[in-house]
Amino acid sequence: MAPIVLLVNGTERRVEAASDESLLSVLRDRLQMTGTKYGCGEGQCGACTVLIDGRPVRSCLTLASQVAGRKITTIEGLEHDGKLHPVQEAFLHEEAFQCGYCTSGMIMSTVGFLASTPKPTEDEIKRHMDGNICRCGTYPRIVQAVARAAEMARKE
Amino acid sequence: MPKDIAAWIHISENNAVTVFTGKVEMGQNIRTSLAQQVAEELHVPVASIAMIMGDTDRTPWDAGTFGSRTTPTMGPQLRAAAASARDLLVATAAQQWKVSPTALSAADGRITDSKSRQSITYGQLMHGQQLVKLIESAPPLTPVVDWKIAGTPVPKVDGRAFVTGRHKYSADLSHPDMLFGKVLRPSGFKATLTSLDTKAAESIPGVIVVHDGDFVAVAAADSATAERALRAIKAKWSVPPQPSNADLFSYLKDHVTASRRDEPHIVGSVDRALSDADVKLSQTYTVQYIAHAPLEPRAALAEWQGDKLTVYTGTQRPFAVRDELADAFHISSDKVRVLVPDTGSAYGGKHTGDAAVEAARIAKAAGKPVKLVWTREEEFTWAYFRPAGVIDIRSGAHKDGTIVAWEFHNYNSGPAGIGTPYNVANQKIEFHPVDSPLRQGSYRSLAAAANHFARESHMDELAHAVAMDSLDFRLKNLDDDRLRAVFQAAADKFGWRNRKPSATRGFGIAGGFEKGGYVATCAEVEIVGGQNVHIRRVVEAFDCGPVINPNGLRNQIMGGIVQGIGGALFEAIRFSNGRILNPYFSEYRVPRFADAPEIEIILMDRRDKPPMGAGETPLIGLAPAVGNAIFSATGIRLRSLPMVPNGLPSKRA
Repeated sequence: MAPIVLLVNGTERRVEAASDESLLSVLRDRLQMTGTKYGCGEGQCGACTVLIDGRPVRSCLTLASQVAGRKITTIEGLEHDGKLHPVQEAFLHEEAFQCGYCTSGMIMSTVGFLASTPKPTEDEIKRHMDGNICRCGTYPRIVQAVARAAEMARKE
Repeated sequence: MPKDIAAWIHISENNAVTVFTGKVEMGQNIRTSLAQQVAEELHVPVASIAMIMGDTDRTPWDAGTFGSRTTPTMGPQLRAAAASARDLLVATAAQQWKVSPTALSAADGRITDSKSRQSITYGQLMHGQQLVKLIESAPPLTPVVDWKIAGTPVPKVDGRAFVTGRHKYSADLSHPDMLFGKVLRPSGFKATLTSLDTKAAESIPGVIVVHDGDFVAVAAADSATAERALRAIKAKWSVPPQPSNADLFSYLKDHVTASRRDEPHIVGSVDRALSDADVKLSQTYTVQYIAHAPLEPRAALAEWQGDKLTVYTGTQRPFAVRDELADAFHISSDKVRVLVPDTGSAYGGKHTGDAAVEAARIAKAAGKPVKLVWTREEEFTWAYFRPAGVIDIRSGAHKDGTIVAWEFHNYNSGPAGIGTPYNVANQKIEFHPVDSPLRQGSYRSLAAAANHFARESHMDELAHAVAMDSLDFRLKNLDDDRLRAVFQAAADKFGWRNRKPSATRGFGIAGGFEKGGYVATCAEVEIVGGQNVHIRRVVEAFDCGPVINPNGLRNQIMGGIVQGIGGALFEAIRFSNGRILNPYFSEYRVPRFADAPEIEIILMDRRDKPPMGAGETPLIGLAPAVGNAIFSATGIRLRSLPMVPNGLPSKRA
């Protein structure tokens, strides 16, 4: 166990964690930030996606100690003063989920994707999001939600 | 089910409505659709309703959330309770105001006397007291044609909790004194523990090792330490030899359990009819074991207070899990409370309380609350599977397309959807239960997916054998109006009559009736590079009576189609000698974005019929429609699910 300082959603969080502990485990089990989900632990499902310096990463395969001091954004950090992020708005509007378990990861993947690809084609959306699994099969709605979020961001 | 309104509905002084049901939400959207139905009959806004679901101490007993039963049973139950409650509220106000109940109206959570202009909220009228009255035998239900809230696309009631990550699934819950538990898994099924050394694990500060027979587990204050302790345990297991995929289908046919055999369904004489038939076919279809792989693995948080046990867990059967826990610890069921947070999906895979029992065992030994979250590997290995099966069909038809003989044997996969909706004068249909080599259980649509795959593929084969259009052949042998209607609707929208198959483009159709729902599915596939099958377009018509929430229903039908793609094309559990060989998403392929076709859904919305569920039946037409489409392009008939786990096989002579 060693102390690590993480910069999560703009706040410095000091935690004691094992040197081989994943960022996912630190977020969920030590910081009680459970919006980020465990789905597979092998980087295959995307449920644990967070942003590091704005880029989407799988927190289950990321060691917490490696991202000390870097900007970590989780699903809890998207909403500001009760106002949803446009991607959250778009997912809600399209009702692009059923059980909702993949939703945090889908939204974080989308936020990271749109930052680098503001005007994605449908094929680009599908290609980029292909690392995220929605076992309920709401993919067509998620594609619509991502497209909608891109449109909303352009109008802002 | 309790007959008192108070068991189902409560109205607080501030007019908040609480509804109690033993059903649980796991993505099928019943938290919303049931609330809509209560709102409709009670005459209150949906937003004023809070649904308490799947809490064994607070909600009426319920067998479980499965079998597409919520809409046909719980919906009417809550509607009746709500309509009876409205009657009671009107009668109470009438008594208080000394007017005739017929002079009063109930709307938006208030009773109003239009003459005197008196008005009172339900809450003010009842002061939060219980609604003491029995549910009426003929409550004043709103006719479906007059629905204003039910039947409309009300948004998911707690959607915001999901897009913000605020919703707490079982795995997200915590308790201040909680320990994290991990279970030591055997190296194979039916294993016995032959040696165990837990010293290294026990020497880690704060680690508790639980050892009881073949059950070995650890607990620690944080998950990383619990995982380290688990890795430090040295155990040896003895695993007996067991079957593998290679000999699966012969194994199933050789291991029929005669004791549980059902009587076959026999009409006329198949043998006699076959001897007269112009065309005779005999084919075998197979389906592999597949996994539910719900994205939220099994998880539980268990806490003992003296001899009282409370467990939060994602299960489809909270009351059965309560009883499972009571049995496991030899306590009475009233000492156990099971609460089900809205769950990260199940698809039939969360009927049992495995994680709940394990968490409670560790918690009992540790003397502290314990949270246990299964890993993906555990979920793929130690849950249960959609049964594998073998289906043999013998059939005969006249040249004019009349089916005269139909013999259907299902080994192991199950009896759901085993019958045929087509008119056949001579039938023999039989389910043969088998001692399954793997633990198996319910899966979305049960065996209806396998039985429809076999039947609707075979129907396509018969149609080709008598040189008829596959749709015409079905309609010729079909009287059921509702099934005819979905076939026609799907075919029309799909453009069935104008399809132009080629070596790279195929079109297929399939349908059926199951769990009160009628479905017809048309699929268009593209064969890429002579090898890869891509489903490009699916049109599906579905009739489940009147639609409660068209937005939620479309979502669920779409999900059923997409989930069906996995079992149709590539999902299969590989196993050998008591071990699962592909217990990871990297090795067990599930449908992803790239697999999802363009999907068009037609809702028949039969408001003249009773409402039925939609969680299962929408997926049963997909596999045969796709198989038939592959045949139309390639001439290759695929009779095993999954059909193309490694791409198209080379064309057989």
